[in-house]
Amino acid sequence: MVSTLDQIFVLLKHWIVGQLPAGLQSFAGVLLSVVCIIAVFPALFAISVLLERKGLGRMQNRLGPNRVGPYGILQPVADGIKSLTKEDIVPVGADSVVHFLAPVSMVAIVFMGYAVLPMGRNMTLVHMDAALLFYFAMGASTELSVFMAGWSSRNKYSLLGAMRAVAQMISYEVPLLLSSVGVVMATGSLSLDKIVDVQNQYTFGLPHWFIFTPWGFASFVLFAIAATAETNRSPFDLPEGESELVAGYFTEYSGFKFAEFFLAEYVGMLSVSGLGTTLFLGGWSAPFAFLQFVPSWIWFFSKVMLSICVMIWLRGTLPRLRQDQLMNFAWKFVIPFTLLNLVDVAVWHFMGEGWARWIVCSAIVVIAYVVMGRAGMRRKNIAPRTYRYAE
Amino acid sequence: MNPVFWILAVLTVIGALAAVTLKNTVHCALAVTVAFAGLALFYLQLDAQFAGFAQILIYIGAVAILVVFAILLTRGSETPRTGLFSRSWFAGMTIAAAVFAVLGWAVIQSAHVLPHESAAPAVDVNQIGNALLNRYVLPLEIIALLLTAALIGAVIVAMHEKGESK
Repeated sequence: MVSTLDQIFVLLKHWIVGQLPAGLQSFAGVLLSVVCIIAVFPALFAISVLLERKGLGRMQNRLGPNRVGPYGILQPVADGIKSLTKEDIVPVGADSVVHFLAPVSMVAIVFMGYAVLPMGRNMTLVHMDAALLFYFAMGASTELSVFMAGWSSRNKYSLLGAMRAVAQMISYEVPLLLSSVGVVMATGSLSLDKIVDVQNQYTFGLPHWFIFTPWGFASFVLFAIAATAETNRSPFDLPEGESELVAGYFTEYSGFKFAEFFLAEYVGMLSVSGLGTTLFLGGWSAPFAFLQFVPSWIWFFSKVMLSICVMIWLRGTLPRLRQDQLMNFAWKFVIPFTLLNLVDVAVWHFMGEGWARWIVCSAIVVIAYVVMGRAGMRRKNIAPRTYRYAE
Repeated sequence: MNPVFWILAVLTVIGALAAVTLKNTVHCALAVTVAFAGLALFYLQLDAQFAGFAQILIYIGAVAILVVFAILLTRGSETPRTGLFSRSWFAGMTIAAAVFAVLGWAVIQSAHVLPHESAAPAVDVNQIGNALLNRYVLPLEIIALLLTAALIGAVIVAMHEKGESK
């Protein structure tokens, strides 16, 4: 019973595919999985948008949407209908072909990443040897769509937003990749299935997730920072800073094309949360050995939604960075730290089992954090803030 | 030579041709991205996963972005007044044809030299990593040194002089 529930989607797919003639079966299997991904993640997108609007409302001491349906839960439906029925305005000066291609290519590329994410036991669409590389290749391709959107609109806010977005995404892609490389070094494989399998072991009922190792914890924090920047979320939301750039690279988009950018942003968030979950939080494995009876896909999706909640929380808490702070932080703190962390993984690997490696590796991480933090702060004059009030 | 090959070939060639014939420089950059993507799909079709994904990651993710940045930061995307093609187009084409001929000749010759393999070897990423860090570690380190030198050079070029008043 437990294993049936765990594999219910896999069994369902096999049953549906089994009903079809033999020639169509492999094609139908792929098609079915793709349709599921394209249906499930936009649904989660609707839920996360509602969650974000309600949650941010609470954090900012207001109610949030509460008019459509009970407690406003039908707000995403209303938003969807609104964006579908709005007029699609293309500016006269815009490059209409590129203007059209930008949102389409962005959504298409963002969905590609899901092909390799293991969403449950035996629930990976494509079993790839170089799955992680595939994911990052797709992630890197979205930058061009952002640029296309900003450039083709022929609007200075759009172009400035696109330039900021591309510069930021290029800078933070390096730490995103480097922080994941630690996991690859520890598992010896780029396959995400393999990475989850390695973490799906238990000692005294506790899991072997990478976040519970000193280097893994540091990697996870760095990965989370880089992923937040990569998805243009607050506090790294300069490319779409409303107070400076209207809406950044999608200023000149309206109607469904705007909705596509919005969708791509949230689907990208869900996707990168899924990757973080897979790499550091054990993917679909249960947090305690005695909870293994709960189906694996429940764990995957709850971890993803938990990450989304943390991102919303961060957005409600932190102020936006300045451009120079953003770049300094990436190149002078995050990237050196990820490089040092790779050394830490190597030390962890070659010290073998035992308590010694826990102490040594934790010491490396803590000392690196303190020294680099102090070094970064040294030249700044940090003193109690002084205020001058109007007379 | 299956249909997939032909579709990819047409896509790549059209992208490459558009890159040299389109009027707007940014359009050219986007067209060359299509050609890069076509090449990446070729590698994937030949079962070279690592090469294919690395092609997408580096060429579409970084080189194409660098190209559009360079276009936007220098002189805008308008066609220069001297016309689309430079005056020395014939010399350029001759050199390109010569390079292509040499490469093609080398590839065709290498088929005789190498032992004939009946089936394509299945190479996974693990083997590539081992080969890079064991047998080919020296070339890898030399490339790394070269890239580091280029990076430091770029920083020095971009850096303000200490004495400069700014």
